[in-house]
Amino acid sequence: MFIGHFTERPYQDPNSGYFGATGRNLMDLAMSNDSYDPKLGADLYNRYLDERVFAEEMGFDGLMLNEHHSTPFCMGGVMNLEAAILARITKRAKIVLLGNILPIWDDPLFLAEELAEIDMISRGRLVTGWVRGTGRESVAHNAVPPFNWERFQEAHDFIVEAWTKPGPFRWEGEHYHYRYVNPWARPYQDPHPPIWIPGVMSRNTVKWAAEHRYPYVMLATELQPTVESFQYYDEVAAEQGYEAGTQHRAYLFKVHVDETEELAEEAGRKYVQGPSNPFLEGNQGIIRPFIQNLPGLTQRNNLLPTMRSFAAAASRGRASQHLKDKEGKAQAAPPPPRDVYKDQTEKLSIISGTPDTVIPKVRHVLETIRPGTIFFWDGDGAMSHDDQMRSLRLMGSDVIPAVREMSKELDLKGPFEVDPAKDAADDAPQEAAAD
Amino acid sequence: MAESAAYAERGVQLATGKINVLEGGAGTPVVVLHHSWGGPGWLPFHDALIGAGARAIVPDMPGWGASERPVWAREPRDIAIIVARLIEALELDDVKLVGLGFGGYVAAELATMNPSRLAALVLVGAAGLQPRDGEILDQMMLSHRKYIEESFRNAEAYTAYVGEEPPDDVRDLWDFSREMTARVTWKPYMFNRRLEPLLGDMHVPTLLVWGKDDKVVPYECAEQYQNALPNASISVVEDAGHVVELEQPERLAALVAGFPED
Repeated sequence: MFIGHFTERPYQDPNSGYFGATGRNLMDLAMSNDSYDPKLGADLYNRYLDERVFAEEMGFDGLMLNEHHSTPFCMGGVMNLEAAILARITKRAKIVLLGNILPIWDDPLFLAEELAEIDMISRGRLVTGWVRGTGRESVAHNAVPPFNWERFQEAHDFIVEAWTKPGPFRWEGEHYHYRYVNPWARPYQDPHPPIWIPGVMSRNTVKWAAEHRYPYVMLATELQPTVESFQYYDEVAAEQGYEAGTQHRAYLFKVHVDETEELAEEAGRKYVQGPSNPFLEGNQGIIRPFIQNLPGLTQRNNLLPTMRSFAAAASRGRASQHLKDKEGKAQAAPPPPRDVYKDQTEKLSIISGTPDTVIPKVRHVLETIRPGTIFFWDGDGAMSHDDQMRSLRLMGSDVIPAVREMSKELDLKGPFEVDPAKDAADDAPQEAAAD
Repeated sequence: MAESAAYAERGVQLATGKINVLEGGAGTPVVVLHHSWGGPGWLPFHDALIGAGARAIVPDMPGWGASERPVWAREPRDIAIIVARLIEALELDDVKLVGLGFGGYVAAELATMNPSRLAALVLVGAAGLQPRDGEILDQMMLSHRKYIEESFRNAEAYTAYVGEEPPDDVRDLWDFSREMTARVTWKPYMFNRRLEPLLGDMHVPTLLVWGKDDKVVPYECAEQYQNALPNASISVVEDAGHVVELEQPERLAALVAGFPED
């Protein structure tokens, strides 16, 4: 099993007025950066890097980064920069980018070069994922939404070719054109860094990932829809002539551990506080559905079962493909639960407690979804550095060792144990030899 | 004025795909190009055109409504080329080309390329030029409902026309159309800097009609069109916003019928 750590690196400014319930408008993409404090930003960037170094010390296999734009809920506007720093200041953990937003890159050759440099500086510890981005990203970097999926696919094909095909060569595609592709920096890993695909409910993307045998990372979706999405992955894999396994399944979920149940609840409640974050279910942030669902960004009738639950879908930032919901009326939305934290702990959207109470819940998740890779989403929302450090210590002393034991018992192998690009049979002799 | 003139619907097959056309009347050919949010069907404005002696020809622009999408199209100029081909295919001469909003942008592009079949150009709240000072209202940053509401002179006019709640098929039209709009004019939004330099040699008489309360395309664009064109005049319509054809159909039809003056 591969165990990773994740936080969105929220911009936590108690003085900003959009941190917690202060009455200021929390509408996504309606908040000005006029109150941004770079000195606070400096503290936060360094804090989050320090926490990653400590996470590695505590035994995490991977440090996951993500990227969003024009929003306080994620400071990773230039994720690759953080990755480059981690490449130098960490020693062992994989640096897992989930992911670069391909459609917003007008020059993906730059991206291929950046990632190759990161892979070399880290001596082959880069895992590179690709995403399509939300409407927020298309607006912020002004990428044409109807071509999002085309650009995603072409940029991917181009980057893999730039990494693997001896240059110079010419690329004349639909959206990208190069007369001289010959990047001097090539990835450390051969043939290139592992590619994992994070996502939520785009059926296109799950299908595409399965066709490429890329591990698919379900991002904090509810348990049953997650299971169904992986079943769809398995079906596509079967059509492609291979059997998908735990090495193809990854799951991000919110887990915080603390010294007492009281501290765990206090810190756990902070998941739903902090800056506006439509990706943190129950957060006070409000999305603008017509931006989140820009025209042509997501094809109609092409959604995974996650969409059946309106509440979950809304919290994920894609309220609905239905027009009435696009208009922001959300007539179908149920009234908000009385206590969003309790509600989420009950359905295991948030797991927070002492190791004794957290470990059985994590086990339930592993048994239900059977992933070979997990990421603990922690230290987010309004959680302080101290909150995060307490959790990381207990992850290291209790949770990670316990999860490793149960993953052996449940036979949950990650993509560094079984190569997702090869058939299980191909790996069998090597495993036998290793035993 | 005709109450409800008969009109017919037909498909015109071009190499680039089928174009759906509504057509009625038997007089001077008037081709009407719809807004970015799509052709809403046969309108009182079209009846008014017929009543004023026109043969009204109302296509869904390629990619909108029932006309096939040219997946290769990347800018309004591509749409204008296909509309020019449509006018050729219909063998229309001495056409009055009326463009509404985004349709005006397409009409202006068409006129710079192929004015030979045009007798007059009527641009109504036309996009296409970058406003000197202001901005064209960006529908991509608004809900469908809000954008259309802003297209009327005020909220009452919107409600009077659309109703309290737009019907589902209207919402579908808006949603469907926005995707095609994004395909051809996401950026730059609703203007082309390569249009204005070409207007100076476009000699077809042009009438620039602007609703007095147009909140979508600033009035300065009317002046910019007039300055760039050798033969253009401006007519401002009272009690109208951006959708003059919906708010003042008779008035607009009369302007079209009376232009150019003999």
